[in-house]
Amino acid sequence: MAVLSPRRERDTSAVRAGLVAAALAVALLVLLTVAVSLGSSNIPVGQVWAAVGRKLTGAAPAAGTSDVIVWQLRVPRALLAALVGAGLGLVGTAVQALVRNPLADPYLLGISSGASLGAVAAIVFGAGAGGLLGLGLSGAAFVGALLSFSLVWTMARRGGGFSPLRLVLAGVGIGQFLSGITSFLVLQTADEQQTRGVLFWLMGNLGGAKWSLLTVPALAVVLVGLLLQSRARGLNALLMGDETAAGLGIDVTRLRRELFVATSLLTGVLVAVSGAIGFVGLMVPHVCRLVVGGDHRRLLPVAALFGAVLLVAVDVVARTALETQELPVGVVTAFIGAPTLLYLLDRRLEK
Amino acid sequence: MRLDVEDLRVTLSGREVVSGVHLFAGDGEIVGLVGPNGSGKSTVLRTVYRHLRPSSGRVLLDGDDVRELTARQAARHVAALPQERGTDFELSVREVVAMGRTPYKSAFAGEDPEDRRIITTALEQVGMAADAGRGFSTLSGGERQRVLLARAFTQQPDVLVLDEPTNHLDVRHQVELLSLLREHRRTTFVALHDLNAAASVCDRLHVLDNGAVVASGTPREVLTGELLAEVFGVRAAVVDHPLTGDPLIAFDHRAPATAVPLT
Repeated sequence: MAVLSPRRERDTSAVRAGLVAAALAVALLVLLTVAVSLGSSNIPVGQVWAAVGRKLTGAAPAAGTSDVIVWQLRVPRALLAALVGAGLGLVGTAVQALVRNPLADPYLLGISSGASLGAVAAIVFGAGAGGLLGLGLSGAAFVGALLSFSLVWTMARRGGGFSPLRLVLAGVGIGQFLSGITSFLVLQTADEQQTRGVLFWLMGNLGGAKWSLLTVPALAVVLVGLLLQSRARGLNALLMGDETAAGLGIDVTRLRRELFVATSLLTGVLVAVSGAIGFVGLMVPHVCRLVVGGDHRRLLPVAALFGAVLLVAVDVVARTALETQELPVGVVTAFIGAPTLLYLLDRRLEK
Repeated sequence: MRLDVEDLRVTLSGREVVSGVHLFAGDGEIVGLVGPNGSGKSTVLRTVYRHLRPSSGRVLLDGDDVRELTARQAARHVAALPQERGTDFELSVREVVAMGRTPYKSAFAGEDPEDRRIITTALEQVGMAADAGRGFSTLSGGERQRVLLARAFTQQPDVLVLDEPTNHLDVRHQVELLSLLREHRRTTFVALHDLNAAASVCDRLHVLDNGAVVASGTPREVLTGELLAEVFGVRAAVVDHPLTGDPLIAFDHRAPATAVPLT
């Protein structure tokens, strides 16, 4: 029986990851087209691309409303879904390596709750009124995310030890507490219209998408993505343990600090534009690891692509499932994500 | 490469767990660190691979302080096999071994043919080349340790530091792992629980008790009935191994040492 040489082995897994990434990129393009095409009024795929082509070449828009719907409403929304999905995939992957727990995710660890609290506080106290392309809102969400993540981490590390169970429990506990404060703040606002808006946004919602809103999340996803990719070997080493990482020449304290700030930053920006969308950050790295393995040099780009594909698809469902109204994206991800989490828990217990 | 530990002191949560330790390992020597639980073996090793910072004292590689190197530079000289045992993250055997190249690679660099050759050689040296594609988490304890040793080889270190590498392994796997250390010999610092293993594998032993070195020398000089009674609190006779001629410690498993040690 022929035995694959180690060299062949590496080549095949790299080729496989490349193929998976290419397939995901194609799927993303197709899904984006579908997302722009489907809606309260369906626009044929040919017209979608024609409208995009006219816009990109600077030609005059066609008569009627479809060009406006395509370019002003649906394209930014589909792109926002892709950006948020990619960001959640990246954050989930990084957080899982950072806390060495494959069940971690910014939502479960209370980071998203902290970001939501920051954002809601900004809205309620009037600091986030859209100024600077939403930087005020993103900034408040970032501060909230960083504070809650630090708090959860400190609680989990108290006494020197570090157990995955304690981490998750601390995350859930602190997350609930922060959600409580958020709810209190929302109820304090007399304006009922605003209350409803904030609640809908809290459940995860891409409805606010417009071109001007895309710049900050696009920058955040690209910059944090590059940072994480440059630290991929460090993330791999962290999986084996802090001592192993130190022995491999990694400054563990500094790497942790970088990852804390980067993941909190990205979570904050994502929550500011889309609310707290659960389970995507948990599911995406898990599924991708099963397909391309745990090496972060391959895992990170694939997780970003798969996250984008997943959230664009989820948003199509959220927009079109009910005739009368739109579902919050977070509701759809919870429907898919919660059973997935239970399945993963079950699988891990069997090990 | 010669390794010296000079007057090392380490304080953890306000308690001094290593107090003024002097140790050395000559070029190419396999040096064992033995001592009861909590004697400070792991702590000493952790300062050598820079996981812990000593409160005073130095670790020298051919006379140069490791603290004056960057973490990456130090990791090209010293490779560690700590007690940490793996992960649930779907890494393959090859991916774990490839981590050993970390201190040599810049941020976005991929593997070059040289890296691949080194990884392949390390896998072959520990007899795991045919298992390169398997999941690390599916391996047995003995296989895991061999893979982690291959990862350390891939670092191409001058000094190898191992913390209880044979823990939880059955006898055969213990023998396999330790013989790999002798076969691919380089300056090695190894903490061992099993004194008979230490006696036959190591060129030199340092005995730690309560954070201080209480004896140093060849296994035959160090491992005496008196020392075993005083430091380890056991009654034992030291005889010659009928097969190898190494010192063989025959423990009395029926009772701990009495106040007056018997030889």
